[in-house]
Amino acid sequence: MLLAEVTRLAHPASVRPRRVLLSTTSSDAHTWNLVFLQLLLEDSGHEVVNLGPCVPDDLLLATARTMRPDAIIVSSVNGLAGVDGPHAARAIRSCPETREIPMIIGGKLGISPGARDGTVSALIAAGYDSVFADEADPESLLGELGQLAGRRDAAGARGA
Amino acid sequence: MPQELAAHDAVSAPALGDEVRRARADGELVVQPRMGLADPGRMAAGLRAVLDARARTVGTITLDSFTRLGDHRSAAVALAGGLPLNGYPLVSHPAETTRRVASTVSDAMPVQVRHGSPRPASIFRSIVEAGLSATEGGPVSYCLPYGRTPLAESVAQWTDASRQLAENCRARGVPAHLETFGGCLMGQLCPPSLLLAVTLLESLFFVECGVESVSLSYAQQTHPVQDIEALVALRALAEELLPAHVDWHIVVYTYMGVFPRSREGAKRLLDLSVDVAVRAGAERLIVKTAVEAFRIQTVAENVEGLEGAAARAKACAAASSLPGPDRVDYEDVLREASRLVDAVRALADDVGTALIRAFADGILDVPYCIHPDNRGLTQGAIDAEGRLRWARLGRVPLAGLVRPADHGRVRAAEFLGMLNYVAERSDRALTGGRAASSLR
Repeated sequence: MLLAEVTRLAHPASVRPRRVLLSTTSSDAHTWNLVFLQLLLEDSGHEVVNLGPCVPDDLLLATARTMRPDAIIVSSVNGLAGVDGPHAARAIRSCPETREIPMIIGGKLGISPGARDGTVSALIAAGYDSVFADEADPESLLGELGQLAGRRDAAGARGA
Repeated sequence: MPQELAAHDAVSAPALGDEVRRARADGELVVQPRMGLADPGRMAAGLRAVLDARARTVGTITLDSFTRLGDHRSAAVALAGGLPLNGYPLVSHPAETTRRVASTVSDAMPVQVRHGSPRPASIFRSIVEAGLSATEGGPVSYCLPYGRTPLAESVAQWTDASRQLAENCRARGVPAHLETFGGCLMGQLCPPSLLLAVTLLESLFFVECGVESVSLSYAQQTHPVQDIEALVALRALAEELLPAHVDWHIVVYTYMGVFPRSREGAKRLLDLSVDVAVRAGAERLIVKTAVEAFRIQTVAENVEGLEGAAARAKACAAASSLPGPDRVDYEDVLREASRLVDAVRALADDVGTALIRAFADGILDVPYCIHPDNRGLTQGAIDAEGRLRWARLGRVPLAGLVRPADHGRVRAAEFLGMLNYVAERSDRALTGGRAASSLR
């Protein structure tokens, strides 16, 4: 994630309101984590579409195509994100209209802080830009969101 | 232990409603565990242990999550392969097997099947085939808090399944008993008036489906006196709304939100739920155990929980300082719940259709429920006294009765504090104000 570091220096964490698509994996029925994250994001002025529990890949993709969010945040706490996280990311990355949307995943993924285990690399390989360890401070999500969305803004400006 | 499972042609456990009525006449609180074991021999032994507990008990067969989701193939595969299941796979076991499981306690104790399904038809068929007659759930309460099944589909499925359960049990000469889970929505942070409205509406829905024995649930929330007020109001409204031919009682659930981490805190919260149930005159209590925050309890821990609750119920008169029904002011929650029930029933001739329209319009709107068919315009909050209140009303027609503006929008940090409020208060209470150390 060296690029993220470079971007952080070039573009300080933005407080611009972002449009966030909040989701979980297809097998995860937990919702309190999603409610908390929605409140956390809304407290900072972001606009959130919360897809609720057990989100199938096609629903995630269809919503992302119509909404065109600034970022997709996936939260999973049922211990199966290593299985279900990758196919959700591949669905987003395989569609030309959504493949550039920054994706963040976190929750209870079975990842210790600082660990570079197989789950992290599988999630990154599938297309997530950022993977949060289990004990991560939820507040740090806000900074990451600003950086990833800001980086995409910059890339868009260069491309224009 | 198959030898314990004597074959039985006509198993008929006592009807749940009848047994609860007898216990009430005896002045005893009925206590009931959550318990589901995949292996028939172990399930039977669990039921036997509940029967033998020093308590007035109802037995429970809790189903596994494959069966709950209608994935009977996966349940059968797991059974065949000896893989673990987190409950009893009722539909995958032959009816005769369940009949023998139930026969270990039949004639002595009612057994209720607990499941959590928005599509319960196959589960209800297996219940009848096994000679059982009591179960629970509801078209709203087993749909909105879990998964994405559309509410209209859940209502349609529950209508057919409940009608068939009522008819099939009647044909066998036993009344079907259905408990609504509507008083437990989300487990926490749902204001009591909405819990009352949904539990009353689901019980009316069951009655419209031909069920003649029902129970109305209410889960312990954040403030014991508020809980007693809610339970007294629930009884008054049930007396007013349910037809005279319907047998009914009230069932309380020990707190279902984030549970205390310390054994002392858990015991204190459990005792408080017993006190609330007894003081309010509820007939039955679904108990939890001290290990609730960490794992599924063992049979022995379940028995300990049941016996502890029964002992507390007997001691309650002397041990609890909580007020009885005649010493609480329940007018506010009664008016709120009554207005919600009336507003919903005005939407259609049948309760099922009215419930669908009510959620579509936001007349019923469950705080913090992100099911696609819930509007999500409401919030609940815990006030300075520890009472659970409406923080945002959305389109719920309670203007004039509650003043949510006092609370303002709930923010993330406050929300986390509220989710953990009961657990932290219970853990702190016995350790001089400092959180008790974790048992984990």
